[in-house]
Amino acid sequence: MSASASENSEIILETKDLNVFYGDKQAIHSVNMQVKKGTVAALIGPSGCGKSTFLRSLNRMNDFVSTARVDGKVFYQGKNLYSKKVDPVELRSQIGMVFQKPNPFPKSIYKNITWGPKINGFTGDMDLLVEKSLKRAALWGEVKDRLHDSAFDLSGGQQQRLCIARTIAMNPDVILMDEPCSALDPRSTQAIEDLITELKRRYTIIIVTHNMQQAGRISDETYFFHEGNLIESGDTKQIFTKPSVQMTEDYITGRFG
Amino acid sequence: MANTNDSLTSVIELGNTEHESVVNQKRMAKRKLYDKLFYRLCQSTILLALVTLVILVVHIIISGVSWLSLDFFTNFTSRFAEQAGIKAAIMGSMWVLVLTAAFAIPLGVSAAIFLEEYAPKKKWVEWIQINIGNLAGMPSIVYGLVGLTVFVRYLNFERSLLAGSLTLALLVLPIIIISSQEAIKAVPLSLREAAYALGAKKWQVVFLQVLPAALPGILTGVILSISRAIGETAPLIVIGALSFVAFTPASIWDEFTVLPIQIYNWASKPQEEFHQLAAAAIIVLLVLLFAMNFLAIYLRQKYQRYKL
Ligand SMILES: Nc1ncnc2c1ncn2[C@@H]1O[C@H](COP(=O)(O)OP(=O)(O)OP(=O)(O)O)[C@@H](O)[C@H]1O
Ligand SMILES: [Mg+2]
Repeated sequence: MSASASENSEIILETKDLNVFYGDKQAIHSVNMQVKKGTVAALIGPSGCGKSTFLRSLNRMNDFVSTARVDGKVFYQGKNLYSKKVDPVELRSQIGMVFQKPNPFPKSIYKNITWGPKINGFTGDMDLLVEKSLKRAALWGEVKDRLHDSAFDLSGGQQQRLCIARTIAMNPDVILMDEPCSALDPRSTQAIEDLITELKRRYTIIIVTHNMQQAGRISDETYFFHEGNLIESGDTKQIFTKPSVQMTEDYITGRFG
Repeated sequence: MANTNDSLTSVIELGNTEHESVVNQKRMAKRKLYDKLFYRLCQSTILLALVTLVILVVHIIISGVSWLSLDFFTNFTSRFAEQAGIKAAIMGSMWVLVLTAAFAIPLGVSAAIFLEEYAPKKKWVEWIQINIGNLAGMPSIVYGLVGLTVFVRYLNFERSLLAGSLTLALLVLPIIIISSQEAIKAVPLSLREAAYALGAKKWQVVFLQVLPAALPGILTGVILSISRAIGETAPLIVIGALSFVAFTPASIWDEFTVLPIQIYNWASKPQEEFHQLAAAAIIVLLVLLFAMNFLAIYLRQKYQRYKL
């Protein structure tokens, strides 16, 4: 358990009996979860168990899947995200998301960062914001001389850090990451892991990963999913050393999945 | 993990069995032969098409090129071949090009945006979509009849540029809608998701991210369909565009002619000189069409590096 987590145990995101359906098929079964502010939560589980589905229901990205239906409650700072009063657009500027495949905009590096703040009415110093966001995403040194080049000229790892920088520029409270390293080489993965450890001072991070070592290294709490059910959750060290459910142990030790 | 190992070994085994069954050399040789035959067949089809095109173009150039002079562009048509030119036709074609584009592009692109981004997934939308497809395959003369009934007679536009351009706009509208829809569809979901995840509203995603990304594709489709309009004759003949015009149109209410009609008119005269004039006008029309097609290709290439 990291220092920041024990100092500050305020719960920022909580799900209550969350069910997600695709048409008639239920993908998430009654999941309850509590994420503390300033921590890193890792979601693990075999492919198709519903990690992405669950993650996307936390900032209402499932709204764009026409067959998806969410039932249950997600509380963010005490408000239910699925109540009529909540504006999903505003919500997404507070709960950012980084995707599995780097997806920069077909624009310059600079504009990739400024687009989000601009459409949300940010009027401060853009140059400063770009520099700050790129520095926090550990990308500034590599791109500071070519801010106006196309983002597509960057390597995959750099593109993914740009996507993180773009998310940071919105100054969100929570960052959701769906396998952000799965398309990257070990060095870029290392850079992003370091970055996540660094970022959790300011942001709460929920990350999906298939890499057990990665989950063990960077997360404070781990959630193990199987076929849409949350099988076990808790302190990462404990889950990795003495899990209370056999299935969790089997998965972590690579006996299935 | 164990699963992956299992499937891996089975793949290897499968590979082995297949390797053994390939002992049948005869069958293999036969397959190779078919492969080669098919390749040759495709090759000769392309060759045939190309040769036909080259023969046509060469024939036209030979008979028409000597008539291409400055006078040819600055003279109106005439009863005397030596004095005949395409001034009215080329000006008419330019007017038609601009007007058709002005009517069809905004309408077609907005319809595509609506259908792709905003239309509900309802039966009536599906029905509209199917009929746009049907309209795209309709013979152009049908559009001429619609233009004649609606624009020329009912709206009383008479045989004006306006009536002609509106008719051609109708003709290319389905093609513009469909090609723009395709371009919008080709924008990957990941780009939209990236925008939404930054707190963008729908219109911001559509107009600030999706449309710019789809623009090269939209432009290509638009240019190709407008160039089709420039080569059309039948619908304009139906609505009564003139073939003997000795003035350049000054407004959208004026009567007009266009290059294909001029060509048609000259080609149907008995004298050989007029056939050569027609060939010369065809050269001009071809250059115009090739130029537009190259522009489309250029735009596509230029934005290729932004391909997602
Ligand atoms: N758009 C969709 N429509 C219908 N079913 C879907 C859709 N997206 C996901 N599913 C189904 O929901 C279940 C959970 O999928 P999900 O993508 O959340 O799994 P995951 O844990 O993220 O898997 P992976 O590790 O492979 O990314 C799967 O059975 C999947 O087939
Ligand atoms: Mg997933």
